[in-house]
Amino acid sequence: MQGDAVLQLDRVELAQPGFRLTADWSVPKGARVALIGPSGAGKSSLLSAIAGFFPPVGGHVLWDGSALDGLAPGERPLSILFQDQNLFPHLTVAQNVGMGLRTDLRLSADQTARVTAALARVGLAGLESRRPAELSGGQQGRAALARVLLRARPLLLLDEPFAALGPALKTQMLDLLGDVAGETDATVLMVTHDPADARRFAGLTVLVEGGTAHAPAPTEALFTAPPPELAAYLGAT
Amino acid sequence: MRPPFLAATVVFLAASAATAETPVLTVLTYDSFVSEWGPGPAVEKAFEETCGCDLRFVAAGDGAALLSRLKLEGAASEADVVLGLDTNLVAEATATGLFAPHGQPAAAALPVAWDDPLFLPYDWGWFAFVYDKTRLTAPPASFEALAASDVKIVIQDPRSSTPGLGLLMWVKAAYGDRAPEIWKGLADNIVTVTPGWSESYGLFLQGEADMVLSYTTSPAYHRIAEKDDSKDWAPFSEGHSLQVEVSGVLAASDQPDLARAFVAFTQTPGFQSVIPETNWMYPASETALPEGFETARPEKSLLMTADEARAARDGALAEWQAALAQ
Amino acid sequence: MVAAPLGAVAWSAGGLRLSPADLAALRFTLTQAVLSALVSVLLAVPVARALARRRFPGRGVLITLMGAPFLLPVIVAVLGLVAVFGRAGWLNGALALAGLPRVDVYGLQGVVLAHVFLNLPLATRMILQGWQAIPAERFRLAESLSFGPAQMARYLERPMLAEVVPGALATVFAVCLTSFAVALVLGGGPGATTLELAIYQAVRFEFDLGHAAGLALVQTALGGAAALAAWRMARAAGFGAGLQMAPALRGPAGWRRAADALAIALAAGFLLLPLGALLIRGLPGLLQLPDMVWLAAARSIAVALLSTAVTITAALILALAVARGGPRWLDLAAALPLATSGLVLGTGLFLIVQPVMAPTRLALPVTILVNALLALPFVFRLLLPEARALEAGYGRLAGSLGLSGAARLRLLTLPRLARPIGFAAGLAAALSMGDLGVIALFAAEQGATLPLVVQRLMGAYRTDAAAGASLLLVGLSFALFWAFDAGGRRAAA
Repeated sequence: MQGDAVLQLDRVELAQPGFRLTADWSVPKGARVALIGPSGAGKSSLLSAIAGFFPPVGGHVLWDGSALDGLAPGERPLSILFQDQNLFPHLTVAQNVGMGLRTDLRLSADQTARVTAALARVGLAGLESRRPAELSGGQQGRAALARVLLRARPLLLLDEPFAALGPALKTQMLDLLGDVAGETDATVLMVTHDPADARRFAGLTVLVEGGTAHAPAPTEALFTAPPPELAAYLGAT
Repeated sequence: MRPPFLAATVVFLAASAATAETPVLTVLTYDSFVSEWGPGPAVEKAFEETCGCDLRFVAAGDGAALLSRLKLEGAASEADVVLGLDTNLVAEATATGLFAPHGQPAAAALPVAWDDPLFLPYDWGWFAFVYDKTRLTAPPASFEALAASDVKIVIQDPRSSTPGLGLLMWVKAAYGDRAPEIWKGLADNIVTVTPGWSESYGLFLQGEADMVLSYTTSPAYHRIAEKDDSKDWAPFSEGHSLQVEVSGVLAASDQPDLARAFVAFTQTPGFQSVIPETNWMYPASETALPEGFETARPEKSLLMTADEARAARDGALAEWQAALAQ
Repeated sequence: MVAAPLGAVAWSAGGLRLSPADLAALRFTLTQAVLSALVSVLLAVPVARALARRRFPGRGVLITLMGAPFLLPVIVAVLGLVAVFGRAGWLNGALALAGLPRVDVYGLQGVVLAHVFLNLPLATRMILQGWQAIPAERFRLAESLSFGPAQMARYLERPMLAEVVPGALATVFAVCLTSFAVALVLGGGPGATTLELAIYQAVRFEFDLGHAAGLALVQTALGGAAALAAWRMARAAGFGAGLQMAPALRGPAGWRRAADALAIALAAGFLLLPLGALLIRGLPGLLQLPDMVWLAAARSIAVALLSTAVTITAALILALAVARGGPRWLDLAAALPLATSGLVLGTGLFLIVQPVMAPTRLALPVTILVNALLALPFVFRLLLPEARALEAGYGRLAGSLGLSGAARLRLLTLPRLARPIGFAAGLAAALSMGDLGVIALFAAEQGATLPLVVQRLMGAYRTDAAAGASLLLVGLSFALFWAFDAGGRRAAA
């Protein structure tokens, strides 16, 4: 592993009726980690727990050595993109992105300029006053990434936000995501069900199955010589 | 901002101090007394000309609501005078112990003798069934005739309305133990029973019933105010029950002299002259009646004493409910 | 807020006993409330379905107008109904011309008729919202599978109805529990004694406050039980979120088209004819309204606006708390005022206020408060599903961005809920306009509201002026409702 551990899951245990998941590992700073595994294994739940939406029944999530317990999602050092509804439909693109700077949208001239720049950076120059419904799926993803760029939080969680996009578009988005993460020095955890996404984007992969989120392993090595659990999942896809 | 605010406060305080020097007399009465069309405005003007005080009315529904309001407030009431209880409620009001003697002689112009140390009548009227002469040519002449006819009537619930209670006591006073039989006979004549007088009168005017329980003075309103002579009241051979409306001084009043002065004032022309054409009742002292106010009087007046009324009330209500509840 | 006045009445004389007469009142109250709820909701289903799947010119106006009876002051509504269905009404006039026997509106049938008249609009609106809450995607799926009307009913409409109907039934039931004037005027006699009238009798005739409080508790408990039963019966239909709302339903053709047209025409006729009667009766009186009517109207509007602000604030706080997984009893608390006796509420507040200061000084504030309280259950019910949808759709996003407090209210809650808030505010304002309620207990010489003036006019033989003032009242209530509703829709657009 490269670098120091920055995100640590210390014997984290998630439980819901009919569902249990444990995770006990850490992720080094700046790493890009794919979470892969069968549907219903708990990939999204793990992300939710890290983001603070779903309190674990045991263990702690630590960032830079301090526990995040009890912190509201907005107070945690992270941004998260969901499968859908990443933009408020009644606000303009500029307002949605501006929330990355100030959620009350009382932006200074300088901040407004940064919003414009961020939109240009993701290829949405001139679309400031559009509503999300007037954008294509890819453009909506770009707008959400522009907000991530402005929030500039050190951890980025992605719950398959680009799953509905076509392969070419998704590749573009992953590249853009890579750039955004690079520019903000972010550590990235990304849920996916597509091994190609993991190989393209993530140096490390966490296999989530059978009630366990296994420790991150180098992606290439993992896919070249998959352990039996991963082989079963890949075979099943 | 501060100096103008302070100045405003001073002005306000000075103003309230100035009003505080004028004694305030609070009269608790029923709703229709204080309305723009009731006696309230004229009475207030006339009394304030002589009393050097500020007369304020507080309204509470009707006569029965007045009494329950008084019982709720007890001695803590802000009122000095209560105006608008009727004779069916007087015994109950006396029993509260909240009233002080008014010290006035009995009212002069009542059709029956009525004297009470605590309550002084200011107006009165006979209950009667009112009909439209163009729709009903031969109105029944007694409760029994009414029960035998197919004339439709609308009446008020004695539990929520003073005229409704008046009718209950009227039948009781006229028939005593035969009252349940009369009510059973009336059951198929009754279109409906309304919570208050105004709903029944509205239904009657809309043509829903041939007759409505009201007062012998109701046709006078249409005659005088609307120039419409189509309404009349039906004389009943059993006689007609009286409603006598009274005022009284509250013992806990902080203005007892003013309160007694007001009750005395209710017998003077300043008060009595406005009663016929605002309250549509007979004045309680000798006062000239307006033109067209009275065309005829019932031959016989029925009135239970306050104690009789109180003793008969609950039983009469139970009989009424039992007879009409099918 | 409900418990304190109830408690104050109970405190002043404890004890609960039910006489045979009380039990008879309880029986009649339950009978008429159950019948009224069943008939209102049964009739509302075809009307709501017809309105949901048909498009025709004037549909929006018709839906708005059909809401009017719910906003009418009860006694005004009753007089309108009597003008159409009464012994001397239009219907019997027409029947007599055709040589048919008269219909008698007085009795249980009249009570139910009036309650259906007053509550059909509410039930229709609740069920129509259910139809419109089914995402367009589900209907598209159904069409792609070429569902006929039978399958449509089985897979989409019945699950939706199973979710919506219990709430509508419980609401109408609870509203009818506290019926007083309607039941008495149209009930035909003391056989039609409701619990509310028994409470009236206990307070005013017997002056037995303990008895009154006992009856009020029974009444409130019944309303609470109805609310609980509605939760248990209601099943979440689980249609999930959809992006598109207000689907352009394609209605089936053939006889169903005619049936829909008939349902709409009958409902419109039933609801609008009595309104027309009020209009005809009231117009002449409008010209001779005394000045104080206009003053009272201004005062009523002020009271309505203030109590609307209070209701919307409280209901929004409650709905958001419940939507975010707050305790369930909040839900029950918001439903309770529905079945609370206005008289007991007023008497209780009187007892609370009186030791502190003269009740007449607080007449308007207390009226504002009580009106706000009485509208709360409806407003809460209207806001809750929308607040839930908002929380489900955007709660996580707002949470992840740290959008909270005033900014969340301004940028997320108000814009997303503008439409239901507008509708609910309109409803609250109109209900407050029309409510006679406690002002009658507290009113001083000045300070009368418009409904009180209508009552005073009626009590002073001024029938024409009263009809005119009633019309003014209806017009103002409706204008307030329309202004808020349209404002909400515009803000949401």
